[in-house]
Amino acid sequence: MKRFLKTHEFCVFIVIIILSAAITLINPNFFTLENGLDLFKSYSFMGVLAIGILFVLISGGIDISFAATATIAEYVMAVVCLRFGGNIISALLIASGIGIALGAFNGLLISKFRIPPIIATIATMNLYYGLLIVVTGGKWIYALPDWFRYFADIRIFTLVSKTNTPYGLSVVTLFWIVITAAAYFILRFTMLGREIYALGGDINSAERVGFPVKRLQVFVYSFMGFIAGIAGVIQALLVQTVAPNSIVGKELDVIAAVVLGGASLSGGIGTVGGTILGVVLIAIVKNGMTLVKISAVWSDVVIGVVILISVGFSSWQQKKEQSKSNIDIDGIEVES
Amino acid sequence: METLFLSMKNITKVYAGVRALDNVDFSIRRGEVHCLAGTNGSGKSTLVKIISGVIKPESGAEIIINGSKLEQSSSLESIRQGVEVIYQDLSLFPNLSVAENIAVNENIASGRRFINWKKCREIATRAMNRINVSIPLDVRVEELSMADQQLVAICRALTGDVKLLIMDEPTTALTKKEIDALLKVVIDLKEKGIASLFISHKLNEVMEISERVTVLRDGKLIGCYNCSELNDKKLEYLMTGENSVYEPYHFIPDRESLPILRTKKLSKSRNFRDIDLEVYSGEIVGITGLLGSGRTELALSLFGLNPADSGVIEIQGKQVFINSVEKAKKCRIAYVPEDRLHCGLVMDQPVGKNLVSTVIDRLLGKGRLIDFERMNSEIKKWIHALNIKIPSVDSPVKNLSGGNQQRIVIGKWIATDPQLFILDNPTVGIDVSAKSSIHNVIKKLAEKGMGIIIISDEITEVLYNCSRILVMHKGRIIREFDSSATTENEIQVFIESPENDRIL
Repeated sequence: MKRFLKTHEFCVFIVIIILSAAITLINPNFFTLENGLDLFKSYSFMGVLAIGILFVLISGGIDISFAATATIAEYVMAVVCLRFGGNIISALLIASGIGIALGAFNGLLISKFRIPPIIATIATMNLYYGLLIVVTGGKWIYALPDWFRYFADIRIFTLVSKTNTPYGLSVVTLFWIVITAAAYFILRFTMLGREIYALGGDINSAERVGFPVKRLQVFVYSFMGFIAGIAGVIQALLVQTVAPNSIVGKELDVIAAVVLGGASLSGGIGTVGGTILGVVLIAIVKNGMTLVKISAVWSDVVIGVVILISVGFSSWQQKKEQSKSNIDIDGIEVES
Repeated sequence: METLFLSMKNITKVYAGVRALDNVDFSIRRGEVHCLAGTNGSGKSTLVKIISGVIKPESGAEIIINGSKLEQSSSLESIRQGVEVIYQDLSLFPNLSVAENIAVNENIASGRRFINWKKCREIATRAMNRINVSIPLDVRVEELSMADQQLVAICRALTGDVKLLIMDEPTTALTKKEIDALLKVVIDLKEKGIASLFISHKLNEVMEISERVTVLRDGKLIGCYNCSELNDKKLEYLMTGENSVYEPYHFIPDRESLPILRTKKLSKSRNFRDIDLEVYSGEIVGITGLLGSGRTELALSLFGLNPADSGVIEIQGKQVFINSVEKAKKCRIAYVPEDRLHCGLVMDQPVGKNLVSTVIDRLLGKGRLIDFERMNSEIKKWIHALNIKIPSVDSPVKNLSGGNQQRIVIGKWIATDPQLFILDNPTVGIDVSAKSSIHNVIKKLAEKGMGIIIISDEITEVLYNCSRILVMHKGRIIREFDSSATTENEIQVFIESPENDRIL
């Protein structure tokens, strides 16, 4: 228990509690089931992507291209659905298939050609996004099929608010929940998950004990691509329009959320629980600002400050731990 | 039963035309403690890599493990035959728990897709019981001391059916007490019929419990000897081919003159207390004591990295406040850390850039840009002066041997023209021949008038190089020895004496 109190996750949790309490004091609408469920719906896009990048960070890598991947998956999925019809299953298959392909390409560049992940994925981000613009001419897609729109409105359960508007747990949130649970299971209970941790801990040791390092890297980036594909569908479900430029630029927000949740950019460290907390913290900050009527132009500033304080606090504590000298001269002081 | 576990004949390995190993024979008996000795580049690690199956020898070699001839060497085959190597870097996963680290080999071998945490803990507990140690299972490995990490690595090796445990320089990072504990483990393994092979370029404790030593020099087998018939001197001769002569450094300072450094009642809470220290021009002062006696903390405070709370530091009679490396450099103080890999060098950067990194501000030309001509001539000067052997000034430091790396660390600080030079364990991890050449460099600097402090675990190092030896204990200087009037044994006994707590 004591160990738990010292974890980064616990710090974030405390910050969330304090912030929530403060916001609720100003605007009681914040702490309602309706607002909560709404947040879990609108942030499922970010939450799902965060799980993908968590895997990449744990493995000791980084991916900048996933927003571009998600956009392409979303766009192609929408075009196919409009032209050939289909259903939500086929939409998910198409999007995740494209995501896996683009992610695997990243993984190949990184494992086979040993290009540093940040360089490789900056390059592919430009490549993927650039190709999309060239091919589509930057055209938006407004009219998605009816079945697509209906699916987005499905609720797992429905309640009615005081103002007589129905609300509930959206099917979109269910995507987030399922992926999070699967990720937790993979990281915690499968050899695959432990191998990813090991890879991020020390790649040379991983090679020496006989882990398939290259295959793991390809898997991690492909998994990120898969997640990006799913996230693309979620984005389309949430917004109901597909714009080639609507997601690009979100990648840093997502990485920031995961780092807020305690994942280390140098690999080997990070948990699913922390990642959820990181996303929730960002969601609360943004939503809370609206509810306490701070102008939206301030939101980036506040997010920046929150990241600085929370990540800075952890590293400052780490530094303090390290510089603590442990020479026992206290015994002497009593006698002298 | 065959007495030999491993027998190797006619082992040759050629790298790019160079014979790293030249027709070497080597053998290990069952349950034997064996030592493989040699200086850097003698072929020790090449031989180990062949045993562990990482590289293949040239044709004509014959390797018999466990009574059966090894047709094709691969690391898997070696592991199957019961050979486990613990590399110097231990190959652990710092971010994973002790239990998981120990169980990792078995987890891979089982081929299961899911991890059974209960089983992991059982495997780890069983391995620890085998060598009678207990380390908390859920702690992350990075939080352990070096000694405990070493034990974790040994436990991991023991999870398989190990018959030969190879350890690469296992004692360099350990304190005396920890080494004794490790040796006990090795003796324990021996009783269980597990052979151990130590790789070493240091004449040390492992020798005491080894039965035989195989010595390599320049890729050739010098011989295999019973440990009982060797002493330090003889082994050193076998390894280097020359008898090194220690000339003690005697120096009587002119006590009338101003000392370069004088501290009065220098203290820092939880670090050191009431340090009165004087270093005169041309003098080499040794500081020794157990690990954690405050030696390094004191050195760091003189260099501005760990500023003292109270007390006075005087440089050439003038009181100074040193709270940053910049100020220390201004006082012309230089410091070479013990951990040159992490604190002393930028390993990926070339030799030349490392050498001038401390004086780059003096090499600025017009418009405060770096004057490359001056920089290059400065680099050449130091490489020549310190006799650093390198293929090119542009090769990264990480490719050099320990001795050459240490010369570069020392060189880059000499370049700052210091008057006080503090060296923390300057020859740790360096082989015998390179060691004495570094000692010579230090002595020459003192003869030119520099004041020098050597901090060392090795009593012989301070005894042969310093005129005065100070012993620290629990943050205080508790005794001063005159090196011309004491012996290694006297200092050793004094340092380890439990009475020391009472002297305070």
